[in-house]
Amino acid sequence: MISFFRTAFPAAAEPVTAPLKMASYETVRTLDPKARPARLSARNVSVFYGDKLAIDSISIDIPERSVSALIGPSGCGKSTFLRCLNRMNDTIEGARVIGEITLDGENLYHPGLDVVELRARIGMVFQKPNPFPKSIFENVAYGPKIHGLARHKGELEEIVVTSLERAGLFEEVKDRLHAPATGLSGGQQQRLCIARAIAVGPEVILMDEPCSALDPIATSIIEELIHELRENYTIVIVTHSMQQAARVSQKVAFFHLGRLIEEGPTERIFTNPRDQRTQDYITGRIG
Amino acid sequence: MTDLTFSAAAERRRERIRASLARRHLFERLFRGLGLVAILIGLALVASLFWMVIAKGYPAFTQAKLSTVAYFDPEIIDVGPPPERQAGQSQAGFRAESLAWQRRVTTANWNLIVEEAVRAAAPSGFEIDRRAALALVDGGERHRLRDLFVADPGLLGQRVPIELLASADVDNWLKGTIDRDLPDERQQLSAATRRLADELLAGGAIDFKFAWHIFTNVDSRSAPASAGLAGALVGSLYMMVIVVLLAVPIGVASAIYLEEFAPKNRLTDLIEVNINNLAAVPSIVFGLFGAAVFIKYSGLPISAPIVGGLVLTLMTLPTIIIATRSSLRAVPPSLRQAALGLGASRTQMVFHHVLPITLPGILTATIIGVAQALGETAPLLLIGMNAFVAAIPATPFDQSSALPSQIYLWQGNENRNFFEARTSAAIMVLLALMITMNAIAVLLRQKLERRS
Repeated sequence: MISFFRTAFPAAAEPVTAPLKMASYETVRTLDPKARPARLSARNVSVFYGDKLAIDSISIDIPERSVSALIGPSGCGKSTFLRCLNRMNDTIEGARVIGEITLDGENLYHPGLDVVELRARIGMVFQKPNPFPKSIFENVAYGPKIHGLARHKGELEEIVVTSLERAGLFEEVKDRLHAPATGLSGGQQQRLCIARAIAVGPEVILMDEPCSALDPIATSIIEELIHELRENYTIVIVTHSMQQAARVSQKVAFFHLGRLIEEGPTERIFTNPRDQRTQDYITGRIG
Repeated sequence: MTDLTFSAAAERRRERIRASLARRHLFERLFRGLGLVAILIGLALVASLFWMVIAKGYPAFTQAKLSTVAYFDPEIIDVGPPPERQAGQSQAGFRAESLAWQRRVTTANWNLIVEEAVRAAAPSGFEIDRRAALALVDGGERHRLRDLFVADPGLLGQRVPIELLASADVDNWLKGTIDRDLPDERQQLSAATRRLADELLAGGAIDFKFAWHIFTNVDSRSAPASAGLAGALVGSLYMMVIVVLLAVPIGVASAIYLEEFAPKNRLTDLIEVNINNLAAVPSIVFGLFGAAVFIKYSGLPISAPIVGGLVLTLMTLPTIIIATRSSLRAVPPSLRQAALGLGASRTQMVFHHVLPITLPGILTATIIGVAQALGETAPLLLIGMNAFVAAIPATPFDQSSALPSQIYLWQGNENRNFFEARTSAAIMVLLALMITMNAIAVLLRQKLERRS
């Protein structure tokens, strides 16, 4: 096991003593005294894809009703970690998660936990807009329908309209709610996906590079939206764009080669990074 | 100096690119040309197949028919009015009396009626002997006249205009499929019959009409001109229904389970390999299996569409499973993630999102699988469906023929095959059915894809 880690992380100088129980490395952490309390937290989370270690002992607290950004170069494991938070890694063949993630003190990986209920509480928006090939209305109504959130048609319509309004899309689509969602532009589709996630009434929304397939104007609309959603939802966003992280987040976590190198308040990370690798990344030297 | 060497190097580089370009273009032209040739050869072969079958088979769809007047002569049909149920007569008594009347009708000399009908059509003064008249008309026609009379005894003493089917030999003679220069002793028909047939055709009494009875009659050996495909069509239809009812639900459900739910381990790998192997098993082996398991072990009837349907179901299953799995695999993972991310269960994901968009693919796979089964012959030979059956099966448990085995049967009979072209006609019917099914598959696919 030790030799395996050596080959996977040749940079690691110190010997690995208890690789799965505790981090074999030090994460630079700065506590934000103004941060909201954390309801979602990860402790020593590692993910294996087959035999390959994808992320290594990540521990982090996600403050509620604020935006936390996960940044880092490609392949650093930030998306893998994000998918752990609503157990989307379960759907990947050969993925194995070790460690503990708790939502309100309840372990998400407890064998008795129902993933269906979990995903209703922790929603997700994906990198590429992925509306169902159905109407706009049906896209948003699908979640509430399967979870039995609306008792009658009127209530369902109300949920759909409210969700579309919150996602800032209602004005643009109110005349064509029953038109196919695939006819919307990329940015509109992504806002529809956000509306679809909101419609279930989640507590946490995970966003996996939600703007990487969008043009700058659509991106700024989505960023605006994230800013507003922060009032009511806990948001974790993976992004490749440092500017975006700086604009939308209150907390930043920098991942590198499967490890969490540094985490802290956004302003502190961008103005005064403590780890050399963080500094190199945000100044554009690695990535 | 450096500029010069730089431009010289660039020139050399372009030189090389140009040299390789010529080679690449040549290869591309060659490859395109080969592809075009391959397609043209394929098209030519298909076209010649169709041309051969249609050119040979289309005359079988018209047959020589003699328009004449049948006289239900009371002197020949000497039976009196049919019995009517008397007050106080028992059911059994009335039945016995009716049957006795029908027996008397049957014993009447119906050949004489046919003979007179032929005479009625011939030009006046034309000498017609008895044998020539009877050889002219198909052997089944006297039974038809009798059945007409039994159905309506009021015909007695009436002259009824009727179309009598010419016998198969006369039909061949008039269509020119028999060499007219052959000497008498090598001809099927007597010189008198041949002369009579020519005369009637010239006079307009015999005409070639569309042979609807190919679709409504069953196979016949005693009255070959009236032989048809009705039994085979119904037998094939039963088998199709059985295949659709069994193979589609089982195949689609297995494919969904294997693709969406089953864990990926050695057992499922083994199952997958075996499904692929099953698709490659020769169809005749399935026939042996059906004979052993369904007929010998389970005691199902021999020559019955139920057994044929079960065997064809086994044959079609791997096709449907493999095709359904590949269309499931083509569903983008993002759609699955979207559903799962919203908290849909796996089953909901499959039924709400994956299945609706794979439906066109599954439908096409099904129809192609069923069309394949429709044309399959070898397994049917081993479960007795190549038997001569002159009846339309009432249920799938009755003995029956099927389209491909009917083709096989007719192919083995030199008259049906070489002179009457019935084999080619049956092939045309089978091909038309298959083309129709494939066209439906294409149309359904287009329609469903446009909707989503």
